[in-house]
Amino acid sequence: MAEAAPNPAGDLDAFRAETREWLDANCPPEMRLPVQDEDDVCWGGRDWSFKSPAQKSWFDACVAKGYTVPDWPKAYGGAGLDAARTKILKQEMARIHARPPLSSFGIWMLGPALLHFGTEEQKVHYLGEIARGEIRWCQGYSEPGAGSDLVSLQTFGRDEGDHWVVNGQKVWTSYADKADWIFCLVRTDKDDKYRGISFLLFDMASEGVSTKPIKLISGNSPFCETFFDDVKVPKDQIVGELNRGWDVAKYLLGHEREMISGGGLGGAMVSIGAAFKAEAKADPILRTDFARFDVDTLAFRAMAERFVDQMKSGQGHPAQPNMMKYAGTELNKRRHELVMTAGGSDALEWDSAASDEGKRPRGWLRTKANSIEGGTSEVMLNVIAKRILELPDA
Amino acid sequence: MPLILDDDQTMLRDTAHEFMMGEGSIAKQLRHWRDMQCKDGFGHDLWRQFGEMGFAGMLASEADGGLGMGAVEAGVVMEEIGRNLTPSPFLSTAIVGVTALAAADDDARARWLPGIVEGRTILGIAIDEGARHDPSNIAMTATKSGNGFKLDGRKRAVLQGASADALIVVARTSGAAGDTQGLTVFAVPTDAAGLSRDAVRLVDSSMAAHCDFDGVEVDGGSVIGDVDNGWAVVSKMLAAGRAGAASEAVGVGGGAMDITFEYLKGRKQFGRHIGSFQALQHRAAHLYSEIEIARAAVLKACQLIDENADNAELMVSVAKAKAGDAANLAVREGVQMHGGVGMTDEYDIGLYMKRDRALAEYFGDGRYHANRVAELLGY
Repeated sequence: MAEAAPNPAGDLDAFRAETREWLDANCPPEMRLPVQDEDDVCWGGRDWSFKSPAQKSWFDACVAKGYTVPDWPKAYGGAGLDAARTKILKQEMARIHARPPLSSFGIWMLGPALLHFGTEEQKVHYLGEIARGEIRWCQGYSEPGAGSDLVSLQTFGRDEGDHWVVNGQKVWTSYADKADWIFCLVRTDKDDKYRGISFLLFDMASEGVSTKPIKLISGNSPFCETFFDDVKVPKDQIVGELNRGWDVAKYLLGHEREMISGGGLGGAMVSIGAAFKAEAKADPILRTDFARFDVDTLAFRAMAERFVDQMKSGQGHPAQPNMMKYAGTELNKRRHELVMTAGGSDALEWDSAASDEGKRPRGWLRTKANSIEGGTSEVMLNVIAKRILELPDA
Repeated sequence: MPLILDDDQTMLRDTAHEFMMGEGSIAKQLRHWRDMQCKDGFGHDLWRQFGEMGFAGMLASEADGGLGMGAVEAGVVMEEIGRNLTPSPFLSTAIVGVTALAAADDDARARWLPGIVEGRTILGIAIDEGARHDPSNIAMTATKSGNGFKLDGRKRAVLQGASADALIVVARTSGAAGDTQGLTVFAVPTDAAGLSRDAVRLVDSSMAAHCDFDGVEVDGGSVIGDVDNGWAVVSKMLAAGRAGAASEAVGVGGGAMDITFEYLKGRKQFGRHIGSFQALQHRAAHLYSEIEIARAAVLKACQLIDENADNAELMVSVAKAKAGDAANLAVREGVQMHGGVGMTDEYDIGLYMKRDRALAEYFGDGRYHANRVAELLGY
């Protein structure tokens, strides 16, 4: 998807210098502080309200420059950067601890699928909206009877000529109550388990769509149950071919797994031992746990860097994202166990002011979903065993 | 720099892979020399072939007759050595020894490097004095004597000490045990008067030697680097040795993993391949992940050494610890998944387990390096 041709190293140095200068001028100091809350990063959408003027100015500057999605083509709202320049931009943003200007399932998941499977009209329309943060997307995959066994899904789209009429129920729809549109797996042929699923896009404001938040062990409700009752979906809102939605879903799951594996990466940028020096000093066994964890974290960071370089150069095994998802999420869970241990009884406080309304225990509980959502660790291990190691079937 | 091998490095890997699989194979080298109780634990013919292939002098500068390559290239060769358990003086001589000699004067380089590049000369590495790695805790003394020094003390389990033509020795010219200041590095010929070596066979059939220095006289020309400021040289030797040993560990772990997966695909019980059992598949997949991550960490460490980066030391310790953990998992799972035959000498998996154990101790084990990581990160 790169537009600029590879250039000599000198040009890359110049790009780095320009980028540094641009970030200095456009990334406000407040946007360089660590992300504490989900709302510290803009998620976009019709109902989004900016948390601060700094958040808005950083967002606006990036949208204008195409830096919400720097590696997407300019025609679709990106900056058309090649792999080398995208990496430099990311490095320079990381260097000043810049927050992402915009986070969304549109960027991480739907976007890559549309770039691969979408029509030109779909790309211009939907990708542009995503890049500008105008539409917030949610994902409709899992159903009550179709979790790890996703292809068992039952939500059905009845063919009514120029549109489908969709009926069914989705579960674990992240932020369905805040999203504007949904990308959704819908059965369009009941006779073929795999080749009977289509990938549809529709407005959550459509008649017949309702959502109900699910309260989790963290006390928060980031997921919803989503119900479809005779929802009309026009025929041009399909991605890829009719009944071949599973191909799109698989492609997209690969991106979701990469994104979730980044949890281990993003959350682990800082050494845990360095964050809890006093605790490490007071408890030599805890210090050992920290040191072992930091070894694994820094090694995984190298793996994440290598993974990106492998994929870009076409060397990576196509199933490698499953390995990254497995290792990254298990690491992040381990990190939060240590964070709880380091906090002692302070970390147990659920809703006191001192504990920032229980941010630490709630965050710890949230991480338990890391190795379930987007494919469980056990499913990841199955995929690695079969596709990468080619171990025999039962 | 992308964290993958470039075209030249990939070509080197393919060459080394083919060579170690052929000439360096377990049957031709490790088992052969072990079964005849070889006093050196490796074949000198193979070491000469290392010279012909360009491996032995790969880290020596082109001016010194070598190839002027870096830690990444040395790591590539080490991984293939590890995969085939090929016994050789490559780590002690071509990596740690040559790294030390890079700091030596023209005479010393001219004395030792041509023989190394040709795969004739062998260097032993004499740093540690206790059974566990502790490089700053050096008590061996080097006292001024004429225009040279007199060495007194004892070095334990010197890597390649039994077969070496010279030892790279770290001794104390001032200060007390525990100080990094006051150390000096020497190249000491093994025929020096007063040096006695007691060869010992290790669990992996390699040979080390306990070395006693009883008033060993060396001239001023044997000093490598600056008197009292040897730690700068030692640090480079340790980084190179740790990255090399970590690369070898990835090879040992990867090799153990590969033969274990082949076994899972071939062995049948209860009427089916044991590799079809999910109880084994998940452990196999986890092992694969750990080896992949270790390889990434080791390559990153090697690249940082070659870039002379500030955080090279941190990443080298991460790499040694992580590669040690991953390789250890591979050999333990390997023996267990082989079942009863994993305990027999006939199968190779046990040889991997023994090599992994020896390698873990070289230049600090996982605990030593996890502690280093904590120190370097400020806690």
